[in-house]
Amino acid sequence: MAQFNLPPNSVIGKGKTYYAGTGAKNVKRFQIYRWDPDSGENPRMDTYEVDLAACGPMVLDALLKIKNEVDPTLTFRRSCREGVCGSCAMNIDGTNTLACTKAIDDVKGEIKIYPLPHLSVVKDLVPDLTHFYAQYTSIKPWLQSATPAPARERLQSKEDRAKLDGLYECILCACCSTSCPSYWWNGERYLGPSILLQAYRWIVDSRDEFTGERLDNLEDPFRLYRCHTIMNCTKTCPKGLNPAKAIAEIKKLMVERR
Amino acid sequence: MSIRTPLGFVRGLGSAKDGTHHWWMQRVTSVALVPLVLWFVISLLSVSRVDYATFQQWLSNPIRAGLMVALLATVFYHANLGMQVIYEDYVRPECKKFIAVLATQFVLFVLGAISIVAVLKIALA
Repeated sequence: MAQFNLPPNSVIGKGKTYYAGTGAKNVKRFQIYRWDPDSGENPRMDTYEVDLAACGPMVLDALLKIKNEVDPTLTFRRSCREGVCGSCAMNIDGTNTLACTKAIDDVKGEIKIYPLPHLSVVKDLVPDLTHFYAQYTSIKPWLQSATPAPARERLQSKEDRAKLDGLYECILCACCSTSCPSYWWNGERYLGPSILLQAYRWIVDSRDEFTGERLDNLEDPFRLYRCHTIMNCTKTCPKGLNPAKAIAEIKKLMVERR
Repeated sequence: MSIRTPLGFVRGLGSAKDGTHHWWMQRVTSVALVPLVLWFVISLLSVSRVDYATFQQWLSNPIRAGLMVALLATVFYHANLGMQVIYEDYVRPECKKFIAVLATQFVLFVLGAISIVAVLKIALA
């Protein structure tokens, strides 16, 4: 059977608490998943008290404040701090989202932060996305054409360009794929919502001439048809996109071309 | 730990070029079952208190017998398609999954055959 409970070395223990100190005016508690591969110990939840009076508004601001001022060993990915790079995807308050666009005020009480679910952890909040990126490579995410390249740009009507809206905005943060139970149980072979949305972005591009080959590559009980319209992907997407709809469109094309 | 490249692992044996028929038939049978089950429930209520001879008379109508056979065939086919998806989702390793799918297919096929023969036996008696 698929493994539903955590293996013994992944069971989370109790960690340390870092108090804010007496001068703090507006204290918020952050419980953060910690795991150090070099320690040989199980993961633990450390608690950090942060004075919101001296902190930016987003969860990422708090993480940076903790790393800069309290505990430099806290490890996480971040880059753009404005929701366009997808680096700081993590599980905050039970939902996969971007730490940089998630407001601290949106969460009542303690904020629990875990790495993206059901991936190997590299350290603390950093998951291993090697397989996810290999899956992205496998769909050939670039324009493919049999017609020799034109001397100038490849033209596209405004209507055809509009079909890419809601698709091109995907930043590959992996929030949706790692929220999908089908991807948890069958992620080795199921491509997951994020990669399928990206695949559809090229399938629906009027300038691409390899639509049939792209559909051939996806037509598989596992690569595509593990999607059971659970809709976690659409619910969690921090960019407000709809991967479930993109997958449904691929399935419609599969039936249409029979 | 494999030293195979991540892309090699993902590309694997390639696409099965299959799955669309399975998915589509699951949709088609579920839609077909809506009117069939409605008809079945309403009919059962109408003949729930009659004796065997009257029921036999009732089922000997070719439209009713035909609908009953169609319902049974659709139910068992749909159950088979659905169970296969559940096994593929959750059952490991591959050999157990293979056996589970085939065994369920066999049991559901035999049950379907038995129930259809039973309906025909009553309808044609």
